[in-house]
Amino acid sequence: MKANMDKRKMLMILAIVALAGFTVFVIVGGKDYAERILIGLAISIVLAVSLNLFSGFTGLFSLGQVGFMAIGAYASSILTLPLAMKAANLPDLPVWLASIEMPFLPATLLAGSLAACVAFLVGIPLMRLIGPYVSVATMGFLVITQVVLTNADTFTRGSRTFAGVSGHTTLLNAWLWAAISVYFVLRMKYSSFGRAMRASRDNVIAAQSIGIDVVRQRLLAFCASAFLTAVGGALWAHFIRAFSPKSFYFTQTFSVITMVVIGGLGSVRGSILGVFFVTILSEVLRNLERGFSLGPVTVPSMYGASQVIMALILILIIVFRPGGMMGESETSLEALVKRFRKAGTKAGLKKE
Amino acid sequence: MTQLEYLLQQLINAVSIGSLYALMAIGLAMVFGILRLINFAHGDLIMVGSYATLLLNMAGLPFWVAAAAGIVVSGGAGLLMERVAYRPIRGAGDVAMLLNSFAVTIFLENLGIMVFRATSRPFPSPAVFSSVIEFGAIRVSSLSLISILITAILLILLTLFVTKTETGISLRATAQDLVAARLMGINVNKVISAAFIIGSVLAGVVGVLWSARVGKVDPLMGFQPVLKAFVASVVGGLGSIPGAILGGYILGTMEILLQGLLPSNLAPYRDAFVFVILIVLLLFRPNGILGSTDKEKI
Repeated sequence: MKANMDKRKMLMILAIVALAGFTVFVIVGGKDYAERILIGLAISIVLAVSLNLFSGFTGLFSLGQVGFMAIGAYASSILTLPLAMKAANLPDLPVWLASIEMPFLPATLLAGSLAACVAFLVGIPLMRLIGPYVSVATMGFLVITQVVLTNADTFTRGSRTFAGVSGHTTLLNAWLWAAISVYFVLRMKYSSFGRAMRASRDNVIAAQSIGIDVVRQRLLAFCASAFLTAVGGALWAHFIRAFSPKSFYFTQTFSVITMVVIGGLGSVRGSILGVFFVTILSEVLRNLERGFSLGPVTVPSMYGASQVIMALILILIIVFRPGGMMGESETSLEALVKRFRKAGTKAGLKKE
Repeated sequence: MTQLEYLLQQLINAVSIGSLYALMAIGLAMVFGILRLINFAHGDLIMVGSYATLLLNMAGLPFWVAAAAGIVVSGGAGLLMERVAYRPIRGAGDVAMLLNSFAVTIFLENLGIMVFRATSRPFPSPAVFSSVIEFGAIRVSSLSLISILITAILLILLTLFVTKTETGISLRATAQDLVAARLMGINVNKVISAAFIIGSVLAGVVGVLWSARVGKVDPLMGFQPVLKAFVASVVGGLGSIPGAILGGYILGTMEILLQGLLPSNLAPYRDAFVFVILIVLLLFRPNGILGSTDKEKI
């Protein structure tokens, strides 16, 4: 009875906060601004959920996901770029690429497949390693993609801005992809595949002894995660429309990690909550960072401040609520209410 | 210049850059050896040390005094980092510690941007650093020789410390088995603090030498060196101090070799090759060259 009340109260509060927040966004920024935020949210959900698919389920932390995002962004953009634009911006492309202009969907799928293939090749050596080595090696992968993107002028314009990408990403297809990723990852989590993966996360030797091929499971998760991340990258590219290799480096990595950890590593719904929290907070902070005046008080611009606050929040979460908002659970609001009553948790970033 | 002289000159370059990587990697290795913490923020201690040196020098202190003070500040920052960010989550699992150190990095770098702005500032280096010494046809910058010399001295001191002093022996014992060390009456907190201080002081030294080499400082300057130090310590075997030193010199040599051997159209990809070699090495020696022989590969 009481839980029911709490649940209803919680729902009400959430709905009111969401509605109020949205109204404020629309009033402050207008319809276009609200639409941008909503598309940004959908793309972040794709990215966060796919990071969760690999890191939350296998217990290995990949710092290289943004490399797959970059592959998705560049590959899809090269494929969809209008022919005239291609001749002007990328004059040295090989003929077979220079003469292709694809619709958005096949380009996205191809970009995702390319990323999955790269993940497969990279994963063969990496998935055999233990945790900390995987993190360093995937970070190495991120550095490799960065170096390659910056120097492969023929395909990427090097460190110069890759511009002229058509704005194919709409509210509809972004949220469709977000829904697909959430559905896919949730299904995966409770499939025999997902359970095997989580079993091997919790105890590799025990999992192997009941016949789970740990390396194969990890490799599959890595490839699937790379595919979805690349889709997120493709959506992002056709939303932002101009980017450079620097867009896909440690700042972006940090932002996705923050979303996933705040939500709770291993929980898909947690990731979604984390995305909302981080997106809205960083939007607010970014505006405050430029400096503002409140009546007689003028606060000067302080670039870097928003990231400092984000980092502090992440540290506090890891120290005091290592499970994030949701821990590892998917059970919805009821559990959330209970969790906020009980401080501290063992799930999420648990000890090995 | 004969071929031999050219080779010698490149060798000196390799050893001097390798020395800096080795000094950085030692700090990473000591902390990883004890806590299994991959400390990203180790690179930012370079930034802290360099800025402290720069500011103190601008405030009127002579360069050498400012540099010594900067190195001390870096050591203090490392100690503070351990107390504030890492001690509360000790034993919380690899991923939590990794992400925490990543957050500390972002925090420090952006704090640097907030306070000092993102633009770089010139680093004052004394004339001793910028002269060129000639042995016959071989021309070497004095900074390279000084880096090699300082590193050699520090490595000797470090070896004496870990083999002869009580704290040093406790440090190795703790790295081998933290629980057993504690049962033997070793004050683990003290040991961990010592590891952080030593690592951070070494990072401070690297900061001064690195800034003098590059000639400027900026808030993100620690990132590139720490990436390289990661490679060095993984190549040598995460957590092994001799491994970190070996890895540092191997990496330095590898970089100079790649620079000399890569055709000019591939030269910009040097760093990518370094990481590819790392990944290939991990395929055959998943624990690095001198890493523990525990079976940690699946």
